[in-house]
Amino acid sequence: MHLDSLYQEIILDHYRHPHNKGLREPYDAEVHHVNPTCGDEVTLRVRLDGDKVVDVSYDSLGCSISQASASVMTDLVVGKDVEEANEVHQAFLELMQSRGAGEPDEEVLEDAVAFAGVSRYPARIKCALLGWMAWKDAVARTMDNVSEATS
Amino acid sequence: MTVTGTNVGYDVDTVRKDFPILERTVHDGRRLVYLDSANTSQKPRTVLDAMEEFLSRHNANIHRASHALGEEATEAYEAARLKVARFVGSADETEIVFTKNISEAINLVAYSVGNASTLGTGDPRLRVGPGDEVVITVMEHHSNIVPWQLLCERTGATLKWFDVSEDGTLDMSRLDELVNERTKIVAVAHQSNMLGTINPVRLIAERAHHVGALVLVDAAQSVPHRGVDVRDLGADFVGFTGHKMCGPTGIGVLWARRELLDVMPPFLGGGEMIETVEMERSTFAPPPHKFEAGTMPITEAVGLGAAVDYLTELDRDAVDAHDQDLTAYALDQFAGVEGLRLFGPADAADRGPVVSFEVDGVHPHDVSQVLDAEGVAVRAGHHCARPLHKRFGVTASTRASFYLYNTRADVDALVAGLAQVKRYFG
Repeated sequence: MHLDSLYQEIILDHYRHPHNKGLREPYDAEVHHVNPTCGDEVTLRVRLDGDKVVDVSYDSLGCSISQASASVMTDLVVGKDVEEANEVHQAFLELMQSRGAGEPDEEVLEDAVAFAGVSRYPARIKCALLGWMAWKDAVARTMDNVSEATS
Repeated sequence: MTVTGTNVGYDVDTVRKDFPILERTVHDGRRLVYLDSANTSQKPRTVLDAMEEFLSRHNANIHRASHALGEEATEAYEAARLKVARFVGSADETEIVFTKNISEAINLVAYSVGNASTLGTGDPRLRVGPGDEVVITVMEHHSNIVPWQLLCERTGATLKWFDVSEDGTLDMSRLDELVNERTKIVAVAHQSNMLGTINPVRLIAERAHHVGALVLVDAAQSVPHRGVDVRDLGADFVGFTGHKMCGPTGIGVLWARRELLDVMPPFLGGGEMIETVEMERSTFAPPPHKFEAGTMPITEAVGLGAAVDYLTELDRDAVDAHDQDLTAYALDQFAGVEGLRLFGPADAADRGPVVSFEVDGVHPHDVSQVLDAEGVAVRAGHHCARPLHKRFGVTASTRASFYLYNTRADVDALVAGLAQVKRYFG
């Protein structure tokens, strides 16, 4: 059945039991992103220590795909250097743009490989990317804040 | 398999044969159960044929070409205007302005009022400024909210709105307070696109006219279903769109009282809306042409005319009764679905054929995805009515909408699909 390729068990698990959810202090930047077509929302905070991602906390409303994706994303980026995390983000973005033809590298994407099927559903790709886009924005703002503070 | 309901004299099986798209299947051979007509309706063969016939036999620009095809095209376009006028009870077809959709129809009024306000001359009813109020409702589609927000920002007028009650009806208790001597415009939906609620437009219009305000009615959801008579509504402006009433996309309608169209400044400037153009200034054509700048969607107008013919031949009362039967049947079936929260009036008699709901613990996107896999097309999201969703404490809902080609079997497929949703996410 088509749906099983979309709603992988890993996705449903993260949806039912999201990791790292809830807003935490301290943080360097907070962003709020929405998906204007469906009204899904995420508020996301990033805490860096130098180049290292120390914490990503978030509060969100949305479908299983957007919730699970945010959960998986936090697992993948927390503990990594920003550059490393950006590489994972890039790999996920490419997977989402693959129209179902992507061959995700499990070494890089870990649980996020479960989202391969989402790329076959154009209407849902934005759901899967909502948390990631918020993360990217928050990191950029954190970097801006740092460069402003040091210049 | 097909149950035609209790509406004796309405043969839905015959009607379904008029819509070629209903023969197709989706997702490996599943029957298409199209429950998204409030988003856009499907089109009968006669509409497709009328548009093809026009393009292959009569295509030319209108009101400009003096050759044979130009005359035929003009005649076809103006015949569509006449049909639309009669369809909504207007005795004067120059009260019908074609637009690209209802959003443009509402913007036409808002920008014309804005232009009148900037010019500072002309009819005082059309001039708004600081201290004046524009009144809408929390039940509106974004297209009947945003143009008024923008008008208020441009002119310094204040935006006010009606709230809704928990039962999904408009809170009329503050009517006299909200619509007062400062009110210049009241804009309200005839039927909510989320709740299905049918609003007491006539009552609101009476109060508005009592205080000298103009009334615009968004009839996008009502015109496709029940017989709408613009004189009965008591409004000054009524907007609706072709694609929700068996017509094509790209064509909408603004009906306005002729006496208002006469004094309203133009919205868009361009070809064919003028009388004389000098380099310094221009004078304008009489309505409706004053508001139809540039080459219009001619083929689409012809298609809308054919849609009006189709609906007229079907018998409006029969269509209305059919829609209402399906709505009542759906509400009845929903009562047996555990964890389903219905938005809007509980009685089918108080609403149009749209039913929005929430399935406990499952996001609408996921509901619609599972339904789609079963061949059932519904809409998930805020349906361009975000403030109304917020009012009910949700960011999104799932909406099924019924039209003249739907059957009780379609409702059954929806309910069966909801059981599937629960198996996945329960």
